[in-house]
Amino acid sequence: MGLDIRYPIGMMFTLIGLLLAGTGLLHGGSVSIAGIDIGVNINLVWGAVLFLFGALMWGSALRSKGQ
Amino acid sequence: MTQLVHLSPVDYSILVLYVVFVIGIGFALKRQMKTSADFFLSGRNIPAWVTGLAFLSANLGALELVGMAASGAKYGIATCHFYWVGAIPAMIFLAVFMMPFYYGSKARSVPEYLKLRFDERTRAFNSVSFAVMTIFASGISLNALAKLLHSLLGWDYNISLWVCSVIVLLYVLKGGLTSAIYTEVLQFFMIVLGFAPVVYLGLKDAGGWNAVKEKLSAVAVQPAVHNLADSASKTFSPDAWTSAWKPLLAGPSANPMGIDLFAMVFGLGFVLSFGYWCTNFLVVQRAMAAKDMKAARNTPLVAAVPKMLFPLLVILPGMIALALSATQGKGYTFPKAVITEARMTASVNSIRQSASAHADVAAATKALSSSAGTSFNTAKVQALLQAAQGTPDAQLAVGIQDAVVNDYDGVILSLVKRYCPTGLLGLALTALLASFMSGMAGNVTAFNTVWTYDLYQAYIAPDKSDEHYAWMGRAITVAGILLSIGAAYFASMWTNAMDIIQLVFAFVNAPLFATFLLGMFWSRTTGTGAFVGLISGTAASALFHSCTISQGNLPGVKGGYLHVFQVLPSDMAQNFWLASFAFIVCFLVTVVVSLATSRTKSDEELKGLVYSLTPKQQVDQAWYARPGFIGIVLLIACAILNWIFW
Repeated sequence: MGLDIRYPIGMMFTLIGLLLAGTGLLHGGSVSIAGIDIGVNINLVWGAVLFLFGALMWGSALRSKGQ
Repeated sequence: MTQLVHLSPVDYSILVLYVVFVIGIGFALKRQMKTSADFFLSGRNIPAWVTGLAFLSANLGALELVGMAASGAKYGIATCHFYWVGAIPAMIFLAVFMMPFYYGSKARSVPEYLKLRFDERTRAFNSVSFAVMTIFASGISLNALAKLLHSLLGWDYNISLWVCSVIVLLYVLKGGLTSAIYTEVLQFFMIVLGFAPVVYLGLKDAGGWNAVKEKLSAVAVQPAVHNLADSASKTFSPDAWTSAWKPLLAGPSANPMGIDLFAMVFGLGFVLSFGYWCTNFLVVQRAMAAKDMKAARNTPLVAAVPKMLFPLLVILPGMIALALSATQGKGYTFPKAVITEARMTASVNSIRQSASAHADVAAATKALSSSAGTSFNTAKVQALLQAAQGTPDAQLAVGIQDAVVNDYDGVILSLVKRYCPTGLLGLALTALLASFMSGMAGNVTAFNTVWTYDLYQAYIAPDKSDEHYAWMGRAITVAGILLSIGAAYFASMWTNAMDIIQLVFAFVNAPLFATFLLGMFWSRTTGTGAFVGLISGTAASALFHSCTISQGNLPGVKGGYLHVFQVLPSDMAQNFWLASFAFIVCFLVTVVVSLATSRTKSDEELKGLVYSLTPKQQVDQAWYARPGFIGIVLLIACAILNWIFW
């Protein structure tokens, strides 16, 4: 099929990763559960993970196209 | 009513992004939908890693996510048997032995394979039952989604139902099966990446895996305290929630599932599992869309890898929730129905009346459930009856609220609410939405293919042009979505609808694998034998159900409506034994009738459809890339997982 599914997956997760990481940076701080700080800025960390995953997908699609 | 969750603009942005991308995939594929084969079969042009993840995702509806987390809390790690026993071996069998016949025969659907192998009768029976089941499965999923969006976000039930349906309709209508498969892959990643942080935060909150195990050991010896047993004196061994096999080997009374080894291994691990993974067109269709035979056979093998690890994502959250609820100071309680003030007054009176009339616990529980409008744990009702005299109303009310059964289906959402801040909340909810949509799109694409090829083209309009069938495919996609909406309203209006629909699924699915097994591996099987066997197996399912019941249920929709010959320890045990019984009846009747009737198809006609009559193909793959070798490696990996959690 003409569409390489890695493009939409890569683009979507890159954008969501940026949104999440941006939220983590703006609001800062870590998650509190039942009033206890667990010491992780989960939006920032997980946003970075999603961004990396999206970039990898996108990159691998571009690389295949180039070849 | 549960407390509503308020989404922020970031959460909404993630939801909107997801919707834009899935609809965008449909529109991007629109230009490539030229023939009916493009629309229904993806032009058989998709790589194995895509069909493999779609194979898994089509099965990964939200009811599975919600249900497996609930089972994780109720039964613990033994729920993994639905993956390690009830899926992986069947997926490997499909790849190694069955896929060559599905793909090699050029059948466009599983019912069409039945027509090629047997005759029109078996195909018609399978097509009609499958089409009806997919519509109801889609409707049940849709109803659950709309109810969830209403209770969680306060969105209108009707609007949620219609908007979600229109989104699925748009991308399936534009891009056909390819669109459904591509979005299923996207949804797979969304589900994994959306729920993984919830599991991580849950495990961190609970103090790690060892702390979870320790807490669950305490729960196992006093399950009634946590509403997990109907008798206050019931106790399990400390590893009942954390060991996959030891409690099972000790017998039905020693494990929270109430299952014996035979029912688990034969009923689930063979009959139900192989019946679902090897014959259900919903999943097999994904493999049939692969670009070549190699990719088709690799499809279930690709899916088996994440499937093996999925318990981490879907079962572990339930176990974490149970551990948290048993830990003082964590402030976590299982979601449960809250009794309104007016109903609580009636409930207190009900308990007092039952206590003064010395009613037995079953009658008292029934009366209390009627007054409160919810279900209760009988062990706790027993304690309330004993304490009713001399206990003030306010204290009794607290006890009654505590005795309400846990809403285990709400476990996953309760964890999402507990751990997800703005942003992550949007991601987790989008993952939930993705799982509902993947399930619905899977059912709709399987339905439109079976309708168009196996019913419309076969019996209604056989000699039309390809354009006509492509048009019919689009028209029936719209009709399928509308029927799903109708089924969703049906499920929402009648509380027993879910039970009855699932019962019919069990009746139809249980014997099916015997028909395929004999058809593919015994050339003597005749069309009449297969048809009579299948009907007999389905009838045997209904008969078994009408004569058995599980503990704690009254004769009716749960079984025993003709006569109760056997009381089984749990609903699950009843299902597994029913499947085993139906399979054996179907198998034996098919063999006997086949021997008594003549074959109508020659060896030549059965070439490519039956194992012994199909010439062995020369394999141009290295030994380590062959499905048989990969299958063995996967089985070893699965055995290691079972050993680790033995």
